[in-house]
Amino acid sequence: MSDKRAPEQTGHVRRETTAGLRQAWGLVQGFAMTLRHVFRRPITFQYPEEKRTLPARTRARIVLTRDPDGQERCVACYLCSAACPVDCISMQSEERPDGRRWARWFRINFARCIFCGLCEEACPTLAIQLTPDFEMAEHGLLDLVAEKEDLLIDGGGKHPDYNFYRHAGVAVAGDKGEHIGEDEPVDVLSNHV
Amino acid sequence: MIPSWLIDVGLLVIKLAVSLVGLLMIAAYLVLAERKLLGRMQIRLGPNRAGWHGALQPIADVVKMITKEDARPRGADLFLYWFAPAVTALTAFLIAAVVPFGPALNIFGHRFEPMVLDLNVGVLYALAFSSIGVYGVSLGGWASNSKYSLLGAVRAAAQMISYELPLALSLVPAVMLAGSLRLTDIVEAQAGLPFILVQPVAFAIFLIAAFAEAKRIPFDLPEAENELMAGFHTEYSGMRFGLYFLGEYVNMIVLGSLVTVFFLGGWHGPLLPPMVWFLLKVFALVFVMIWSRGTLPRLRWDQLMGFCWKVLTPLALVNIVVTAGIMVLLS
Repeated sequence: MSDKRAPEQTGHVRRETTAGLRQAWGLVQGFAMTLRHVFRRPITFQYPEEKRTLPARTRARIVLTRDPDGQERCVACYLCSAACPVDCISMQSEERPDGRRWARWFRINFARCIFCGLCEEACPTLAIQLTPDFEMAEHGLLDLVAEKEDLLIDGGGKHPDYNFYRHAGVAVAGDKGEHIGEDEPVDVLSNHV
Repeated sequence: MIPSWLIDVGLLVIKLAVSLVGLLMIAAYLVLAERKLLGRMQIRLGPNRAGWHGALQPIADVVKMITKEDARPRGADLFLYWFAPAVTALTAFLIAAVVPFGPALNIFGHRFEPMVLDLNVGVLYALAFSSIGVYGVSLGGWASNSKYSLLGAVRAAAQMISYELPLALSLVPAVMLAGSLRLTDIVEAQAGLPFILVQPVAFAIFLIAAFAEAKRIPFDLPEAENELMAGFHTEYSGMRFGLYFLGEYVNMIVLGSLVTVFFLGGWHGPLLPPMVWFLLKVFALVFVMIWSRGTLPRLRWDQLMGFCWKVLTPLALVNIVVTAGIMVLLS
C-alpha cells in the first residue's frame, strides 16, 4: 500500500510547490504592474475645467420639446407619469378649443427622478426627452422641482422633424393610403397582385 | 549657571514637542501622499484642489473632521466609546518615544540623543505598547453597541493578538545578534551590515506582521468596508474617527521606523546625514505599505489566521533555532 502511495504523494508535493511558486510570481507581477502605473500619465478629466462631450443618448436633465411648428408636443396623455417608477412626474391635462389636448401644468420632481428614461420610452409624441446636461445640482430640495416653464425648450431635441399630429391623433383628411407614411390599402379579396 | 537637571528637563520637553508635532505633521501628509500615490497607481490624479497640487488637503481634512457632528450611538458605553480612539492614537505615539532617529550627539558638552527615551528594554516596551493598541480597537468596537463594529473589533483583536506572536518572535534573532534589548544598541550592531542581509526571513516575517498590526491591506479585515462598513469605527464620526485614522497613520510611521531600526540598519548609511538616512528608510517602507494597498486584495478570514498560525509562527520559531545554531557554530 505505502509503496504505491509514495510517488503519488511526492507528485502532490511537487504540484503544490509549483503552484506556490506560480502564485508568488503572480504577486511579483502585480506589484510590478502597480509600480509601472505610478509613472504613467493619469487619464483624469479635470472636470469643471475639462468637459467631455457626452453621447446624445446620455440620460440626464429632462426637457419638454416642441414640434417643428413651435407647438408644444406634449398632449398630456399621462403615459410618462404612469411609466415613471418613482412617480416624480405629474401634470394636469386640459383641452384646447380646437379639441387638442395640452398640459395645463407639468411638473417633474428631480429630487426623486432616477433618470431611467422610461418616460421618454413611453411618450408617443416624443415630447419628453432626456438630455446630456447633468449639471443640475441645487442647494434645496424644492429647487429641484421643475415646472413646465423650466422644462419646455424651444427646439425639437433629438427628433427635430417629427410632428405627432401629422401622423396621428387627428381626423384623416384624405382617402385611405394618402396619409404620411401610410401604405396603399391591400385588397384582401383579390388573389392577383 | 543653569543646573544640569533643568537642561535635561528642557531638552526632554523640546524632544517631546518636536516628536509629537513632527509625527502629527508627517501623519497628516502621509494621508495625502497615500491618496496621491494610490491615485497614480490607478492612473488618476488624486486630490489636487486644496492648495498647490492638493498641498492644503490635510488642513482641509482636519477642519472638516473637527467641525463635523460628533454623533454617538444610543446604548453605547460612553466612557469606553470616548476613551477607545485615544488609546489607539496614544499607543502609537508612545511607541514612537523609544525610536532612535539618529546617533547620540554632543551639544555644548551635553549628550543629546535624538529620541525621547533610550530604554534598555526598548524592544519589550515597543512590543508591549503595540499589544495595548488592541484595546483601543476592540473596546471602540464593543462600546459602539453595533454588530458591525463588534465584528470588526473581534476580528481586530484576533488578528492583532495572533500577529503579535510572529512580530515578537521575528525580533528575537535581531536581539540575539545585537545582544541587547536597547534599540540604540541594535542599530549600532548593524553599523557594518544591516540585519536584513543576515536575517531575510525574520525581516519578511516582521514586515508582514507589522502590516497586520497596522491593519494595512491585505490585512484590513477589521475595517473591511465592503462587508463591515468600516468595522470597529463604523459608529465613530468627527474627530473621534479622526483619532482612529491618525493613530493608524502614526502606526504606519512607527512600524516603518521599527523595521528600519531592527533590520535596515537604522540611521546608518554613507554620505547623507544619519537623520536623513533614517527618514529615507522609513519613507521607503511606508511606500511599500501604500504600494501593497494599491496591489493586493483583502485576505479571507481563515486565510489570514491560517497564515499566521501555520506559516509565520512556526517559521519564526525555526528561524530562531537556526540562528542560535549558527551563532553557536560560529563562536
